[in-house]
Amino acid sequence: MKRFALLAPLILAAPVIAQDVPPTPLVAPGAAPQARALPGQAGAAVAPAQAPGGPLEVDVTGGISAPMPIAIPFMPAAAIAQTAAGSTDALGRQLAEIVTNDLRNSGLFNPLPPAQLRTVMFPEVQAPTFDYWGGTGAQALVQGYIRANGDGTLTVGCYLFDVSAQTELMRQGFVVSPSDWRRAAHKCADMVYTRLTGEGPYFDSRVVYVSETGPKGNRIKRLSIMDQDGANHRFLTNGQSIVLTPRFSPNQQSIVYMSYLGRVPAIYVYEIGSGRQRLVVQNVATTFAPRFSPDGRWILFSMATGGNTDLYRVPAAGGTPQRLTNSPGIDTGGSYSPDGSRIVFESDRSGGQQLYVMNADGSNQQRISFGGGRYGTPAWSPRGDLIAFTRMSGGFRVGIMSPNGSGEKILTNSWHDEGPSWSPNGRVLIFYRSAQGRSGKADLWSVDLTGVNERRVPTPLDGSDPSWGPIRP
Amino acid sequence: MARLTTTILLAAALVTTAACSKKRPEVLPPAPGEAPASTGGTTGPNDGTVVPGSSEDFKRSVTSDTVNFALDQYDIDGTARGILDSQVGWLQRYPNVRVTIEGHADERGTREYNLALGDRRANAAKNYLVARGVSPTRITTISYGKERPLALGSDEESWAQNRRAVTVVLN
Repeated sequence: MKRFALLAPLILAAPVIAQDVPPTPLVAPGAAPQARALPGQAGAAVAPAQAPGGPLEVDVTGGISAPMPIAIPFMPAAAIAQTAAGSTDALGRQLAEIVTNDLRNSGLFNPLPPAQLRTVMFPEVQAPTFDYWGGTGAQALVQGYIRANGDGTLTVGCYLFDVSAQTELMRQGFVVSPSDWRRAAHKCADMVYTRLTGEGPYFDSRVVYVSETGPKGNRIKRLSIMDQDGANHRFLTNGQSIVLTPRFSPNQQSIVYMSYLGRVPAIYVYEIGSGRQRLVVQNVATTFAPRFSPDGRWILFSMATGGNTDLYRVPAAGGTPQRLTNSPGIDTGGSYSPDGSRIVFESDRSGGQQLYVMNADGSNQQRISFGGGRYGTPAWSPRGDLIAFTRMSGGFRVGIMSPNGSGEKILTNSWHDEGPSWSPNGRVLIFYRSAQGRSGKADLWSVDLTGVNERRVPTPLDGSDPSWGPIRP
Repeated sequence: MARLTTTILLAAALVTTAACSKKRPEVLPPAPGEAPASTGGTTGPNDGTVVPGSSEDFKRSVTSDTVNFALDQYDIDGTARGILDSQVGWLQRYPNVRVTIEGHADERGTREYNLALGDRRANAAKNYLVARGVSPTRITTISYGKERPLALGSDEESWAQNRRAVTVVLN
């Protein structure tokens, strides 16, 4: 099967990266003896060369209004070579562009256009021409290189420098299969982002969502997967059945979602490696709103029987569902806390949709939302500190609050924003925005916790129901 | 209300004319290659081809195949009762026919909640039919949430049309 052939390298590549990342410090480009000596020299120089203003760092809230100028010049190749992903010199330019794009999209960095920067020669990668970089206005500098290895893999080196202190802050190397070359750039951007912000990484991650096309009354919906920057896009289903609300398993090897396959709406698990799908709950009742537990052992879902909807959980491998709520209203949209001990969900038991938190066994159900209008689609942050939701009062807007309901903040302002899903580091939300009117259009957007950095996420067709996966191994 | 009485509905059904004033305009003419008999045309010669107990017969015989609901509601109001009563009459004439009731919601709700709401509406219609004597084993339900709007506008009138439960005869 062609699909399997396309997917296989992605699956296999994960352990490759895990095993083959060279320990820091990375062996220098060319591995020349004098190059090896550089890390020690750089380390000795750190303290005296420290900038007077203190260590180089980015404030994740204040940084939005004053993004840090950063330079990411094209990454030279150790030698020009043809690889399965293209020639190394072309890849080196694209690597810099991917890092640039990632950092710019975070809203916290203001990367200088790589094409306008000095051409960095390979021997210069870990010995920057600081005088030049100081003149560009960049406070931080990312240099790197790419090398084609004899076994068909690629090595990408990534170095972060403090321009005014003229010191190296961090370095990492990544060995990837050619099909995963973009991941090396995302890993490099994650290194820079985490080192300078103190926040967790999120660029090397994927998004599953529902690709949409066709007239509003009969939308064709396909399960789709892509990198968080929109690259490596693939359709996983053919659009013959309506598919809704896909969510990654914690190990990212499967997706749980809802399908109208055979005109029986129910939740299925899609195995990304094999393309196989299996029904989760054998039942005549409608099952929907699925989500994995953080340990991957359970699938939380809703089941509608006779007009009443409650929350259940079922072993992810299949089995007998256990009922968690028992109210006469609609209980749906369940989402686990990252430690798996609690569940946030929505219920209209009070008359309209509101958010509730309960223990994972269904006990101690407490309402947490009390603002005007209705609240739905709760999603517990992977950091545990916030719950994202859709608030409906006039417009549909994406907001956040703490798990006890305090500190509510609305992040977006459009006609219909719905269904936020968290980035792996809990700093960014991806959601979908529906257009008002007869077009039926919807597209994917992201917004950070400040609400300032809102941007459209590119997709080949329209998009809805995005779910951000964990950082890749 | 007299228009909705069983007597008149049965009479209407017996003569198999498109007598119901609430019926929407007939479907578009069949595309080239489609079998015209299956679409049940509106003109004289085709009237006789409607098979008693068929989906087409149902649509021609009942007041409407669709009942509507208020915002976020699923109660069967007076208008809906009249429509469902007409469906009961037809279903009692054809006791072997099975139906599915499709529940729908308007776009101004979140996706998963709307799936539950559509299920509620389909079951509200089903429960009414069952209370009027139709066997529950003849009726299945399915919710489409906000996935299949009938009216495509983003306005109150469109949303009112889209909050609905539609009875579909399974042939």
